[in-house]
Amino acid sequence: MSDDVTRVVPGRAQVRLGTTTAAVRTRRRTRGRATALLYILPAAAVYLGFAIWPALNTAYLSFVEWDGISPSTWVGLENYRTIFTSPTLGPALWHGLVLIIFFAIIPCAFGLFLTALLQGGNRRGMTAFRVIYFLPQVLPLVAVGITWRWLYSSDGLINQGLDLVGLDGITRAWLGDYDYALIALGLIGTWAMTGLCMVLFLAGAQKIDVSLYEAVALDGGGSIRKFFTVTLPALRGEITIASVITTIAALASFDLVFVTTNGGPANQTTVPGLLVYRLAFNEGNIGAASALAVLLTLMVLTVITLIRLLAREKA
Amino acid sequence: MRPTASATAGRYLVMTLMAAAVLLPFVSIILAAFQPSGAQVNGLSLPSSWTWSNFADAWEAAHFNDLVSSSLIIALCVVPLSIVLVTLAAYSLATLNPLGGRLMSTGFVVGLTLPIELVVVALYYNLQDIGLTNSYAGVILAEAALFMPFGVYWMQNHFASVPRELIEAARVDGANDLVVLFRILMPISWPAVTTLAVLYFMWSWNQFLLVIILMQDPSKRTAPAGLGFFVGQYSTNIPLLSAASLIVIAPIVIVYLIFQRSFVSGLTEGAVKG
Repeated sequence: MSDDVTRVVPGRAQVRLGTTTAAVRTRRRTRGRATALLYILPAAAVYLGFAIWPALNTAYLSFVEWDGISPSTWVGLENYRTIFTSPTLGPALWHGLVLIIFFAIIPCAFGLFLTALLQGGNRRGMTAFRVIYFLPQVLPLVAVGITWRWLYSSDGLINQGLDLVGLDGITRAWLGDYDYALIALGLIGTWAMTGLCMVLFLAGAQKIDVSLYEAVALDGGGSIRKFFTVTLPALRGEITIASVITTIAALASFDLVFVTTNGGPANQTTVPGLLVYRLAFNEGNIGAASALAVLLTLMVLTVITLIRLLAREKA
Repeated sequence: MRPTASATAGRYLVMTLMAAAVLLPFVSIILAAFQPSGAQVNGLSLPSSWTWSNFADAWEAAHFNDLVSSSLIIALCVVPLSIVLVTLAAYSLATLNPLGGRLMSTGFVVGLTLPIELVVVALYYNLQDIGLTNSYAGVILAEAALFMPFGVYWMQNHFASVPRELIEAARVDGANDLVVLFRILMPISWPAVTTLAVLYFMWSWNQFLLVIILMQDPSKRTAPAGLGFFVGQYSTNIPLLSAASLIVIAPIVIVYLIFQRSFVSGLTEGAVKG
């Protein structure tokens, strides 16, 4: 985009070049480039003041001990040491990583499978289906969480379904179960994210040149080979972006956990976001909360970088 | 390569099963919301007697009058404010070649990856210092800031996709920057702006963590934030909870159904271009 100014539109722009001298043009352009900043100023002010400045402040607070009221004291890396040695904070980071499996990996895999199954078919009625698949994306996660609390409860739909197929031996209050709570929580994410992945992939698959499939067919390749040699490479961009979106949703999850399990039972479903909230606003340990928020951000950035590197390598 | 009839039937079967999996949870709470309040409810069961009273009861008990008006005040301020800020900035970044424009574009995009958790801890204390906690203005400005990266990015992409000839032609005719923006660009930008507006409305309506932290006063919380605490008080009254959830879900579902094209294009194209 940097060459916008130098790009000469044939015909029309030439006329203008002829009427102004080079010196006047340069002066006008510099002034124009300065006044162009005025348009950005209001947005930049709000963005810097209410997002970037607090973010930097949180990073600073991660190096101090502070209860939010009395003066703070500099403690260096002490807050980070607390996090890595605390019996509750370490597992929360781990749970965030486990959720990636359910929020990102399974939905992407499932989305790809459905894309392979559905692509190239009659597109009639697709709009209605797309509206339904996208629905979980637009709902407040709090309401989604409350809905699933009820579905997972002893009398809920899940157990009713299990009873129906004769699996009444394994019914339980899933979100209250020590071993299964995290998985149950993760599956809510799978439910919410699969539609998004699938719609993204189907849109991408629509752009694939049909002749590529015909070439594979001529080579005697079946539908599985078509999928792996044509579809999968063609969807690399969509897969990357779907994994980034869903991974951020997994690592930075809060709303869903807050209303479904609130970290329980016995801290089996704590996630970083939940502990940041608790440490800062229930326990008044701003330093540790900030340190955990910084670590969470680093984790997000690391995973995104990894996904992008992986995507590039496959190119 | 005409798909065979059985393959088409198979496709529809898969799509229908998947749609059922998405919709079944909603069927479950809709049915539950019509059960008598406090009733012992099973997963999927038709109410013995259909009752609307849960909605009225939930509305009263959760103070939805306050919650919904707070939600509307916040969302209806965030949307226009953000659109104006974002449009001006993106117009400049995309067409006026401002000094340091490339760096600023990057600066805005970086915000797409920052988790809210990183911002909100210090934000609460920063806003407290200037008296903006428990205030609509605080939440509105914070949301405008948090949603800004996507908006700038979205509108910048849009303006960059407009043919340069159109802008050049207007310039030759003597139009200044503002005239170009309002007379030339805006009239052809309504689809992009509408998409952004509905996404902003949705994000603002659904925002939870930010609101429960910045609004300690329960009467000023938004509908989802209020719902998050309501569930703690009435955790066993499934019909009441279901009704309350449906009240919070309804506005956003209505907006979604009206603007579904905008939603889908915003979330898919917005993502893919990144």
